[in-house]
Amino acid sequence: MSGNPVGSLAAVRGKRALTEPPLVQVALLAVTVLFLAVFLVLPLVAVFTQAFEKGVGAYFTALREPDAWKAIRLTLLTAAIAVPLNLVFGLAASWAIAKFEFPGKGTLLTLIDLPFAVSPVISGMIFVLLFGRQSALGPWLADHDLKVIFAVPGIVLATVFVTFPFVARELIPVMQALGNEEEEAARVLGAGGWQIFFRVTLPNIKWGVLYGVILCNARAMGEFGAVSVVSGHIRGLTNTIPLHIEILYNEYNFQAAFAVASLLAFLAVATLVAKSVVEWRVRQPAPRDERLEEAA
Amino acid sequence: MSIEVRNVTKRFGTFTAVNDVSVTVPAGELVALLGPSGSGKTSLLRIIAGLESPDAGSVFFEGEDQARRDVRVRRVGFVFQHYALFRHMTVFENVAFGLRVRPRGSRPPAAEIRAKVMDLLKLVQLDWLADRRPSELSGGQRQRVALARALAVEPKVLLLDEPFGSLDARIRQELRRWLRRLHDEIRLTSVFVTHDQEEALDVADRVVVMNRGRIAQMGTSQEVFEHPATPFVMTFLGQSAVFSGRVQGGKAFLGPLSVDYPDHVHEDSRPAAGYARPHDLEVTRMENGGGGLWATLRHVSPAGAVVKLELTDPEGGSLQAEVTREQHDALHAREGESLYVKPRKLRIFVQEDDTSDPPDTPRAPRA
Repeated sequence: MSGNPVGSLAAVRGKRALTEPPLVQVALLAVTVLFLAVFLVLPLVAVFTQAFEKGVGAYFTALREPDAWKAIRLTLLTAAIAVPLNLVFGLAASWAIAKFEFPGKGTLLTLIDLPFAVSPVISGMIFVLLFGRQSALGPWLADHDLKVIFAVPGIVLATVFVTFPFVARELIPVMQALGNEEEEAARVLGAGGWQIFFRVTLPNIKWGVLYGVILCNARAMGEFGAVSVVSGHIRGLTNTIPLHIEILYNEYNFQAAFAVASLLAFLAVATLVAKSVVEWRVRQPAPRDERLEEAA
Repeated sequence: MSIEVRNVTKRFGTFTAVNDVSVTVPAGELVALLGPSGSGKTSLLRIIAGLESPDAGSVFFEGEDQARRDVRVRRVGFVFQHYALFRHMTVFENVAFGLRVRPRGSRPPAAEIRAKVMDLLKLVQLDWLADRRPSELSGGQRQRVALARALAVEPKVLLLDEPFGSLDARIRQELRRWLRRLHDEIRLTSVFVTHDQEEALDVADRVVVMNRGRIAQMGTSQEVFEHPATPFVMTFLGQSAVFSGRVQGGKAFLGPLSVDYPDHVHEDSRPAAGYARPHDLEVTRMENGGGGLWATLRHVSPAGAVVKLELTDPEGGSLQAEVTREQHDALHAREGESLYVKPRKLRIFVQEDDTSDPPDTPRAPRA
């Protein structure tokens, strides 16, 4: 065999890869399915069985309960602030990193990844240290009657911090792959900065933007650790959905806890569906659809 | 509209891409910036366009300084090396882009834009592809769309960066003849960048040969080809046999060659090198009046309009000669035979002591 040319060796190897014994194929597949069943499907089913344990009526009663409803609204508000902020930040950061050369680019990239590397609890603590009563800013904030920690602003800040890498991380490789040429061409043709962004750059990165926004939103709504530290767990005031679930659970109100949790499970499923749709669109840019958009 | 580049210098970090370059492009001419990669030709083109700003020097259009004018208002047509077509737009929308982004006041009505774009697409013979996307076109078609798009804004000058660089050889030749005809038709002052000397000599009115950020020579195709100013230009513009040696007392002693050199009558010797194009080498069986050398025939490539001979001189140097088919048949030479090679035309470059760039030759001269 050692005397064989490389080509035939590779051919032999390729053939063997295709004729893997059926038993091995089945075994590998079984392990994967079993793993997914135990760690993904089973918990998901459990969430919904628990949620509907006492019937559909009880399920909706749990969601309509005033504190639960407040938690849902606070979560939506937080996401509504954090996601657009991080969209703007992500666009600016990825534009700067992909299109310009400047010293400290590597450091900036590392800093963008920081929230991924830091435990969410620490992220929350940072804001307590910055804006809490014991902090340097504390007395000034108290004098002006501004509440950050144990209030909505703190929750929003912590959420923004935890979710800021999502859009930027998604867009940087996309923008780097696209390069500068189309923007330069647009500039030579007389287009202004905003025209270039909306007519040339954005259409090229729109699916990346959407993908980043979906992931950012899912994390913003589901974040527990960082928000838990800054929220103070005031029922009906500073509880987001994940915090509310925890409280219900700690009170042994399992049915209500899982009913609210099912909302996050729905969000997760919706996110996964949206993510696959976007991924599918990125893989095959269908010209017809874009023509429809222009007509609209 | 004429273009004048005056004393332009551009540095990227410690690398000087363009070094004190001055060029004038007369109105309506097609000029090639020719040079190896890293010679600064693309940087110079981008400076003319306004895509880069020079560290020193200025660019004038029709005598008007462009330093304070942004690329948006310079009215240049720029064709990028990789076309840079807007991939999410159709061919039509690509060409219409420059008209559609104009401010409301100066933007032509939609019907006018449509008519104009279709005219341009007819000019580049692509009107039947108006609804396609760039990804559905061939390289040559994309190139022509890029050209139509550049022309749509009625530019005052047209700049092309390696316009045929990423096309295959046959399309390349077709397209460059087509570009020449188009230029003859619209007479727009144009500058194109290329590393292909054949392309430059074939298409351009004038050729600017660049090397290491400086201009090595400027002139018509014929001038630079027949009267290269430096060894660099000589070797860059085509293959040549090199004979290194020295000049002394009205004679040049170049390895196996010794010829008269009346330009240098001093008794002190100077290092020099002689260059001969393959088609300027006469190959015979008999010694033909002296001034040549005996070389061994190594290889014959009979395919093509001329027959290429590869020979080795007594000192081991390799020589390329080109003879016509008739000469080759008459010569009837076999590989391994000894033949007499005599340069009909020999360009001798004497190395000056105070020369500013002595290592000007891209390839080391063979001894």
